Amino acid sequence: MEFYRAHVLVCGGSPCVTLGCKAVREEIERLVKEKRLEREICIIETGCLGACEEGPIVVVYPDGTVYSKVNIDAAREIVNEHLVRGRPVKRLQYKGKLTSVSRTENKSKDYFQTQKRVVLENVGLINPNNIDDYILKDGYKILEETLDHLSPEEVVNTIKRSGLRGRGGAGFPTGTKLGVTARTTADQKYIVCNADEGEPGTYKDRIIMEGDPHKILEGMALCGYAVGATKGYVYIRGEYYQSIATIRTAIEQARELGLLGTNLFDSGFDFDVEIKEGAGSYVCGEETALIQSMEGKRGEATQKPPYPSTSGLWGKPTVVINVETVANIVPILKHGVDWYKSLGTPSSSGTKIFTLSGNVNNRGLIEVPMGIPLREIIYGIGGGISGGRSFKMAQIGGTAGGCLSEAQLDTPLDYENLQTVGSSLGSGAILVVDDSHCIVDVACSMLNFFAHESCGQCTPCREGTSRLLQTFRKLSEFTATKEDLDLAIKLARVMQRTSLCASGQSPIMPLEGIMQNFASEIEAHLNQECPAGVCHKSAHKTLGKEAVING
Amino acid sequence: MNQMTNPAYQIDDNYLDQVEKIAKQHSGRAEDLVLVLHKVQALKNYLPRTALNVVAKGLNVSESHVYGVATYYSMLSTKPRGRHIIRICESAPCHVQKARELIDAMLEHLDIEIGGTTKDGRFTVETTSCLGLCAVAPVVMIDDKVYGNLDRDTLFEVLTKYN
Ligand SMILES: Cc1cc2nc3c(=O)[nH]c(=O)nc-3n(C[C@H](O)[C@H](O)[C@H](O)COP(=O)(O)O)c2cc1C
Ligand code: SF4
Ligand code: FES
Repeated sequence: MEFYRAHVLVCGGSPCVTLGCKAVREEIERLVKEKRLEREICIIETGCLGACEEGPIVVVYPDGTVYSKVNIDAAREIVNEHLVRGRPVKRLQYKGKLTSVSRTENKSKDYFQTQKRVVLENVGLINPNNIDDYILKDGYKILEETLDHLSPEEVVNTIKRSGLRGRGGAGFPTGTKLGVTARTTADQKYIVCNADEGEPGTYKDRIIMEGDPHKILEGMALCGYAVGATKGYVYIRGEYYQSIATIRTAIEQARELGLLGTNLFDSGFDFDVEIKEGAGSYVCGEETALIQSMEGKRGEATQKPPYPSTSGLWGKPTVVINVETVANIVPILKHGVDWYKSLGTPSSSGTKIFTLSGNVNNRGLIEVPMGIPLREIIYGIGGGISGGRSFKMAQIGGTAGGCLSEAQLDTPLDYENLQTVGSSLGSGAILVVDDSHCIVDVACSMLNFFAHESCGQCTPCREGTSRLLQTFRKLSEFTATKEDLDLAIKLARVMQRTSLCASGQSPIMPLEGIMQNFASEIEAHLNQECPAGVCHKSAHKTLGKEAVING
Repeated sequence: MNQMTNPAYQIDDNYLDQVEKIAKQHSGRAEDLVLVLHKVQALKNYLPRTALNVVAKGLNVSESHVYGVATYYSMLSTKPRGRHIIRICESAPCHVQKARELIDAMLEHLDIEIGGTTKDGRFTVETTSCLGLCAVAPVVMIDDKVYGNLDRDTLFEVLTKYN
């Protein structure tokens, strides 16, 4: 192996790609070559380094200096000053608290107290397109050891005892799910990794796939062994071009080394993985809809039961598991149940990845033990509200999550506590909204999402979502009455009871919080007034046109 | 250019041969339908009715099934589209980062509505649910490229790269 005096990590995660990290990396590579330093300095394109908003991010090791908002000029300066002369460029250094790096130097106190990287341990530190990097981090070792020493039942039991719950939104105990499929007899079973991530505000699965793809493949193989499945699929939404490319490369490299395919580690166990691409549909993320889509049909949800764990793809027992969930399997088997349970709270073990979006200073993703209070995330790691404004509302878990007010900021983020405030952990999205926004306007945006994404097969959801949007739009144009609103809430309750899948059942979740926590602001709109000064008669130009098209 | 005279929208035997070739590679594999439609759409950026019929035959499924699938997914289009697809996200995380103002400015700049195609056939604008890039909102996706932390000026500059 070559010895380099410095390593330069350039973030290649999708958020950074949008900010031009590729040109930055090319410029650094060009300059390093020009100065004939390529044998001394190693440049690595990594997955997301966490501080997305401040991208492109560049990190120089061994000192662990993090640079943010690196443009071409800054890249030149970093090469000339830091790499050639050994003088870090203070002015360009990252000052926030989001990144996974800074492990050798300037470890801020906050960072240690709050962030805990388990699922993301390798993300940003390895080259996702090189399997050797993963193997150097003990990759595929757990698979080998498990195949050698553990029975499938032992794997299922370990996952059960770890208390791992699904990270895709529903929070169902993963061990229980694996157990059901393991117990069902069939000539073929499947593992389907759900990478259809489409929940607004959520981008964790993308970051895992693009930063540490082999952890997903190894986790899937372990699930396969646990339940007796030999075939796995990763269903990735069509818009995630980079995730698809990274997973594809990872599968090819794993096959080449015999880590996927037949007779893995001479154990007699076969497991291979294929990619299925989505084509743009939020509802396809629902597990039964996902299976329909994989079979080449419209991605519409089907009645449960039967659940996929007993009758899924082609009617065979199928484990549908979220990307983040499956990325927990290797760490659990590696470090053991006790260690895993020591993270988080008694009822919600482990860590959770949260993706921060909206009006916070540091937008990006973090991994923390379960049970951290929301306030600590927003004001600690998130750096508080941006633009000198103040906090108004936070929505946890995606569009189907509850809308929390200032008074609920001390809620610990875990499955149970969020339920008590009418929310759920969902996908781990945290949307922060500042006081310049109007709650009615934000509600319109959420309801527009539901109306836009309804697959249309059941009436309560298809018609109901449009009606709800219509009512709130009327409210924002000051033409709604109290009766309209009452009817809308009643309708949302009916939808909750009668819709086939959680998409149609969910609008009541944000609405209830909004009606309760922001009652006076809603009331004002009934009196032709928008306290935030956002709504006025005949607003919603864009949204209006869109609704016609989709309606 | 008028849509009807634009060569990209014209259907000839050569094109249909290409479609048939794609369908043949997946012959009898109904489960590959979405993938086949992706591939066929890559030829002309949309799915003409005649192409759908060829696909139906190739995979041995009904035309109505193919049509149903083609019209279900938002990335697939049975209507002619521009040379580049601009995907915009207006979900709440983007919304509170002033995405709507940006979208409105862009629509005005391009003189189209959502779902429409520019007169020169350069762009079609479509909405999508969250693009998973909320940390750098507002964002747009043009074909397979993504752009974030946009404002009016940076977005308009990006648009000039496409023709
Ligand atoms: C409308 C809707 C969309 C969903 N989207 C996703 C998604 O994008 N990714 C995901 O993992 N789960 C999604 N789910 C949840 C899945 O149905 C399923 O519970 C999950 O994939 C199971 O994996 P887990 O137990 O690891 O969470 C969605 C559910 C609904 C109702
Ligand atoms: S609830 Fe809505 S999204 Fe779900 S199946 Fe019914 S119509 Fe489709
Ligand atoms: S909400 Fe727009 S990219 Fe996520």
